[in-house]
Amino acid sequence: MNIKFKQETFRGDFTYRNSPDNIKRFPFPFHEDKYMYAVNMEPHVPAGPKGYAFEHMIDVDEHYVSEMRDRALVLKEDPLRCQALPHMMAAQWDTLELLMEQQAAGYPEHFSLTKNSDQWHWINRPLGIDQKFTFGDPSTLPYEPMEYITRQAQGDFCIVDQRDGNLWMDAGMVTTQADWSLDFDIGMNFMEWHGPVPLAHQMGVFDRALKFLLNLQQGKPVRRLNWTMTINPRLDTSPENYHKWGTDRMTVTPENVGEKVHLRCELQSLWRLPRSNAMLFVIRCYLLKMDELVTVPKWARRFHRVLRDLPTELADYKGLTRFRPTTVEWLSKYDDGAATSSGIFPE
Amino acid sequence: MSINTEMNVRVAAIDQVAEKVKRFRFERVDGSPLPVFSGGAHIVVAMRDGDILRRNPYSLMSSPHDQTAYEISVLRVEQSRGGSAFMHEHVKLGDQLTISQPVNLFPHDVRGRKHIFMAGGIGITPFIAMMDQLHRDGSQFELHYAVRDRNHGAYWRELSERYGNHRIKIYVDAEKLFIPTEAILSNQVLGTHLYVCGPSGMIDAVLGKATSLGWPKQNLHSERFLAPPPGHVFKAELKRSNKTITVGTHQSILEAVEAAGVDAPYLCRGGACGQCETSVLACDGTIEHHDIYLEPEDKISGKKIMICVSRVKGQAISLDL
Repeated sequence: MNIKFKQETFRGDFTYRNSPDNIKRFPFPFHEDKYMYAVNMEPHVPAGPKGYAFEHMIDVDEHYVSEMRDRALVLKEDPLRCQALPHMMAAQWDTLELLMEQQAAGYPEHFSLTKNSDQWHWINRPLGIDQKFTFGDPSTLPYEPMEYITRQAQGDFCIVDQRDGNLWMDAGMVTTQADWSLDFDIGMNFMEWHGPVPLAHQMGVFDRALKFLLNLQQGKPVRRLNWTMTINPRLDTSPENYHKWGTDRMTVTPENVGEKVHLRCELQSLWRLPRSNAMLFVIRCYLLKMDELVTVPKWARRFHRVLRDLPTELADYKGLTRFRPTTVEWLSKYDDGAATSSGIFPE
Repeated sequence: MSINTEMNVRVAAIDQVAEKVKRFRFERVDGSPLPVFSGGAHIVVAMRDGDILRRNPYSLMSSPHDQTAYEISVLRVEQSRGGSAFMHEHVKLGDQLTISQPVNLFPHDVRGRKHIFMAGGIGITPFIAMMDQLHRDGSQFELHYAVRDRNHGAYWRELSERYGNHRIKIYVDAEKLFIPTEAILSNQVLGTHLYVCGPSGMIDAVLGKATSLGWPKQNLHSERFLAPPPGHVFKAELKRSNKTITVGTHQSILEAVEAAGVDAPYLCRGGACGQCETSVLACDGTIEHHDIYLEPEDKISGKKIMICVSRVKGQAISLDL
């Protein structure tokens, strides 16, 4: 299927919109009418209706070209959004191979990869890139391998090294994040970078998740959904740029909820990398404004209930406190109290 | 939902590389490339031996970059439970087997300034792949390889030729040559990592020496070959599956569970990785913990068991499976 790539912005005039078809493929993160932390990981295999965000293992959608432009703008202002410690070079090549292979397999009309031993040929039609290079030789690419390929793939990417029974954030490309900083977290281990999350530590969620991830197998990626909310369709909600977006949360009124308030979903997939035995952590961000969300009645009812009943600690941690009452009130108009079916897909 | 990522392979070569050691070369039946792996990884080979399905882990020793074939080496064990005997006596050129994806529970630390490998006997195999990878990356390493005699030791000659005598040191028991562990470990640059693979006694001795010389725990790595030890016959109740099975003398609980058609997770099948940790609901007898994964307090509590190697001395056990 040929994707029609949109031209839009994630800053300034915020022209980002989802087409009706794109709304239907949104990975809605709530399988029931309430939300609490859980080790909610499942095999990352194709699922859902045709064209859904789980159809291909690295998802490309209509926002691809504009997201890549926004990433380039972020990197120009702040090159530290992309960092890799020196021992991560094998993992960088693993990442490049994985993303090229998955994009080419999922979208052959847009991407192609030809390998002749270590002589590789990569074509990215949406971005107009035609690159021949030597796999394993960074001097044959315009950037180091991870930066090269993650300037051409939607989502944030962290490569974590595995050693001493822990996972270490030793490389990443992070420009579409929900208020965390790679520059701050680089070199930290799994427990350290999850330090600020409330409640989950006491529930033992991170101990179980770490145990599970340490045994993640090659060829068996897993995924989970995470979520927060963002005012205006801004991809780069980073601590570094907090002064640019923090005050947006005070601008929500009953009149502009539908337009300004977005559900932000992260489709996180985790992959064991073959050469390095490191792990690739893909954090793909999807934004859906309330006006778009309520076009799916099941999601409107469910999200109203989830947001209304969310524990205060979670609302505070996710930064929803200021605009939650206004948004719940607005959503209540779309909740007639009818029962919702289980699972995340539209009815 | 679990996904099956096992691969069908054909035996493309069998070589007797030393007394009691055969090397097997596997190519994919459908001709597609095998996954790249990292040095230190193993695969689990499934063997159909009459009514019995055997699954044994073997370290990959071929070049991690070579996607045309995987190679393993199998030592014919004296008191074989069946796996190594089956590989030596029944597997023929052209036979088909099923193998798992590569799993690495013995990776090298990529930050290491230098890597020292100490191998005893068949423990050489993971290091062959690791050295291939480090050599390509231009990393510094040396191997200390102890063999019983020159006919029993596999690969020492070709490794010496490939990497040179300054990096490959051979110690032959029969010639009264032993690894001078203390001398080697006493004088190393900061950031050196040590890897040991071989008989348990050797691993304990080397790690004990390194610890007493002040090596940090993070720089010490080892892989043991723990085969499920034999024991008495006992019953295992699989509560969730609503089945009761008998675990035979030469069978692990995991093998008996699989034979009964119940799916249980596993990775190493050697008591190391923790994947098969199972909750014990009741036990009529004592648990014999043979794994190196559970904490001492977990073993004492009697509430957890690693079903790939541990068993029961007594009548029966009830498991959350």
